[in-house]
Amino acid sequence: MWNYTDKVKDHFQNPRNVGVLPDADGIGEVGNIICGDAMKLSVKLTEDRKRIADARFQTFGCASAIASASALTEILKGKTVEEASRLTNQDIADYLGSLPEAKMHCSVMGMEAFQAALADMRKKHPEYNLPGGEEAEGEDRVVCQCFQVTEGKIREVVRLNHLTTLEQVTYYTKAGGGCGGCLEEIQKILEDELKRAGATPAASSPAATPSPIAKTVKENVGPLTPFQKMRMIQETFDAIIRPGLQADGGDAELVDVSDDKVLIRLQGHCATCALADKTIEHWIEAKLREKVSAAITVSAVK
Amino acid sequence: MSQPILYLDNNATTCVAPEVFQAMAPYLQQEYANPSSVYPFAGAPAAALEHAREQLAALLGATPGEIVFTSCGSESDNAALRSAFKTQAGRRNLVTTCVEHPAVLNTCRDLAEYAGVHVDYLSVDSQGRIDLDEARALITEETALVSVMFANNETGNIYPIRELSQIAHAKGALFHTDAVQAIGKIPMDLQRDLTEVDFLSLSGHKFHAPKGVGVLYRRQFVPFAPYLTGGHQEHMLRAGTENVASIVGLGKAAELAMAHLEEENGRVKALRDRLQEGLLATCPDAMVNGDLEHRLPNTLNICFKYIEGESILLRLWDRARVCASSGSACTTGSLEPSHVLRAMGLDYKALHGTVRLSLSRYNTEEEIDTVLEIMPPIIRNLRELSPFGREE
Repeated sequence: MWNYTDKVKDHFQNPRNVGVLPDADGIGEVGNIICGDAMKLSVKLTEDRKRIADARFQTFGCASAIASASALTEILKGKTVEEASRLTNQDIADYLGSLPEAKMHCSVMGMEAFQAALADMRKKHPEYNLPGGEEAEGEDRVVCQCFQVTEGKIREVVRLNHLTTLEQVTYYTKAGGGCGGCLEEIQKILEDELKRAGATPAASSPAATPSPIAKTVKENVGPLTPFQKMRMIQETFDAIIRPGLQADGGDAELVDVSDDKVLIRLQGHCATCALADKTIEHWIEAKLREKVSAAITVSAVK
Repeated sequence: MSQPILYLDNNATTCVAPEVFQAMAPYLQQEYANPSSVYPFAGAPAAALEHAREQLAALLGATPGEIVFTSCGSESDNAALRSAFKTQAGRRNLVTTCVEHPAVLNTCRDLAEYAGVHVDYLSVDSQGRIDLDEARALITEETALVSVMFANNETGNIYPIRELSQIAHAKGALFHTDAVQAIGKIPMDLQRDLTEVDFLSLSGHKFHAPKGVGVLYRRQFVPFAPYLTGGHQEHMLRAGTENVASIVGLGKAAELAMAHLEEENGRVKALRDRLQEGLLATCPDAMVNGDLEHRLPNTLNICFKYIEGESILLRLWDRARVCASSGSACTTGSLEPSHVLRAMGLDYKALHGTVRLSLSRYNTEEEIDTVLEIMPPIIRNLRELSPFGREE
């Protein structure tokens, strides 16, 4: 059953600041139609570029996604850019009274939309000297392939909201809510964050160890011979793709490789998973393209 | 102040028919004896139980001895699926579809994980139809059981149960159908037409009986190993003191379903069709999902592109207390949209904006008018909020 506060219902029924600003200083677009929610935020600054003069949104999503976007625009208007840059998803949830925990990712989407708009403004108008822009190093790797959630986002949301369980991470970021193949990895990130929070919160992030595959590929300068390519596809398949699928009770075998065409057979849960097409396209193909060659296409046989 | 409920979610559950409630009342009050007891006070509940069995047999074209009362459709599904692997020791394969209800899908997963059963899933096309040739290829001498739903809860698609059961029997496999959504909506006769169906599941609350009561039809002489073991109830096929009042209600509901079958396929179907045509005519970028040629008379699964289902449902509720369902991620209780619509390969632009409207004989012309009046502005307004669908 819907468990929305009156404020959420009000912002859903009567959303404020809908639309796109034609003369926006920055636009932030987050989410996509495949994942089930998406938001476009446009922001206009005051003459002196110190404050947010206006903000408008468009949202595709459920009631709490629409309400979160509406709330965000109300919060932003009149704030200094400095204040707004420190805005968190919790501010949006607080403004709305509260959000059901399973819908907290809607507030995170709002926070991200403003971060994206701010980044857009920094890019378009470097002369404004806007705050922010320090990217966390080595944390932009995509952990959840289904919803395209990065390690950096997971860490940020865990820290901001003091999350302690795997379930909460999924509620707040959607990560792990699809095939579930990344849950083990999210658990590791979460444990790492908890350890950090407990011991030395200021400790710097450990450098990521590159995988042996990544190393092989980097050392390979120049075009690959057909044999090299085939071997690398096989290696990537065994070292990355199969373990990933096996974590979800599935598996796959490499059936054939000819030029850039890779033929596979999905097994176990994967063979019947309704997400199979998406898994192949978005994940297996993406991995092979990343590790071996951008021209690779993957298709499955039964 | 209190606006009446406009209930269009009859594939989720239905109201208890007043006649059903009336029939049940004595068995919740004065007639409380255990039907297994020996004294004459137990006579009425025992007789009521057997009367209900006859009413169910009449609805299905079965004999009373083939009716086993259970607690719900899920229990019936579990019983049929698990039994097949106890009674057919040599066969370890199960063939089902990728659009089954979770009661079957998750039982298959459990059998695969803990009983070493190999499960093959029939695929569906963009209209949710299965391919009988694929079934012929997947069903082999290794197959212990074929389980295919009679009708799909989301799209209303009706599957070729007769043909599938024949294919299963040709390979010596047992055949089960989850008929939870089909009962009372379309005619079925297990003695004349569907003679090769071995097991069938049904649930009371989908056709105006209360929740918590169901049936496992098990054809006479078909090998069966009970799922719930214990006492001697239900001819030793399902232990547990009978839920007498609910079973009496189920019997009455079966009788009413037979009496209203024509109305279901006449008046109710006409209401559904009017709703469908009206929405398609007034809402651009809308599309009906499913197999329009073979569909339950009460079900309409429609998608509105570029907007999200939960938003539509909440607006429908706020405008006119309309109850309906959606296949969108935000309403499935998970982050993924409906497995049925995904299996059909529905475009993501449409997938999240699906709404299922399912009718019953208690719906009226006026209710359909109301929905036709409030839906177009809801869709228009939500599209104005959406960043998608403008440039295309």
